[in-house]
Amino acid sequence: MRQYSKRHAAAAVHQDKDDDLLAALRAGDEQAFVALVRRHHSAMLRLATGYVPSAAIAEEVVQDTWLAVLRGISGFEGRSTLRTWLLRIVVNRARTAGLRERRTVAVADPEPAVDPSRFDASGAWASPPERWAQEAQDRLRAAAIAARLRSAMGELPARQREVVTLRDVEGLSSGEVCSVLDISEGNQRVLLHRGRSRLRQVLETEFGRT
Amino acid sequence: MPRIPLLHRRDLVCQQAVELVTSYLEGTLSRAGRRRFEAHLANCPHCSEYLAQMRTTIELTGRITPEDLPPHMQDEFVALYRRWQAGRDNAGPGRG
Repeated sequence: MRQYSKRHAAAAVHQDKDDDLLAALRAGDEQAFVALVRRHHSAMLRLATGYVPSAAIAEEVVQDTWLAVLRGISGFEGRSTLRTWLLRIVVNRARTAGLRERRTVAVADPEPAVDPSRFDASGAWASPPERWAQEAQDRLRAAAIAARLRSAMGELPARQREVVTLRDVEGLSSGEVCSVLDISEGNQRVLLHRGRSRLRQVLETEFGRT
Repeated sequence: MPRIPLLHRRDLVCQQAVELVTSYLEGTLSRAGRRRFEAHLANCPHCSEYLAQMRTTIELTGRITPEDLPPHMQDEFVALYRRWQAGRDNAGPGRG
């Protein structure tokens, strides 16, 4: 099976498929379990990685989560999407593992989206962005840039990486992200803004000459 | 030398506009805030490009595909499932 799109319109299809697999799993279908793992594992692993010091521990957290899912499958009432439920368990497990407990996010320190030196005293652009937004859509260049973007994601501060990953890679809604990470809408937005702004800066160094 | 006209007090400057991009895209600006933001864009090609770049950034980030599960891990999960099922069967009559 090839990668399906996880975004926007595909979300409903995604949910249907999860429901089918869940029903099969409840009926004792081992392959349904493997299929669910394949669908959700990478998002879970990426999320867990943000909380724990090593990849090995992250994998443990995810395995524990799946075991908890098997044990609690009859308790899942379908009020949230399966994915949100899974990711919440991952977060809770990673946090209660006592590895890094931080419920609220410090958002006080300002971190500008753009280096202040690029504006003049009035706040207008002194060194405006080069034009590359259109050109970057070009398939070939976009493919070449994927690796750079992936490594840039890895360099984001953990909280920003979590939010950007869940929103922009995994395609969760802002409400789902708040629910998974147990953060407020405001925090979610600040982290998203900072994360995306940094990624834009990375693309700027790739595409622009500034 | 032409003087830059005094900004209306409520007008945005570029440095403020770039900080509002995410709220704009998220649809969380107030109606007045949205109007101010769009009014700024209408007169500022640089900020319009900036917004386009943020959209491109989101689009390209969305093309990062999650890695598929490596085969050895798939085997581990099959084993995990079987251990769980064996444990459940041993624990007595299941819920069927």
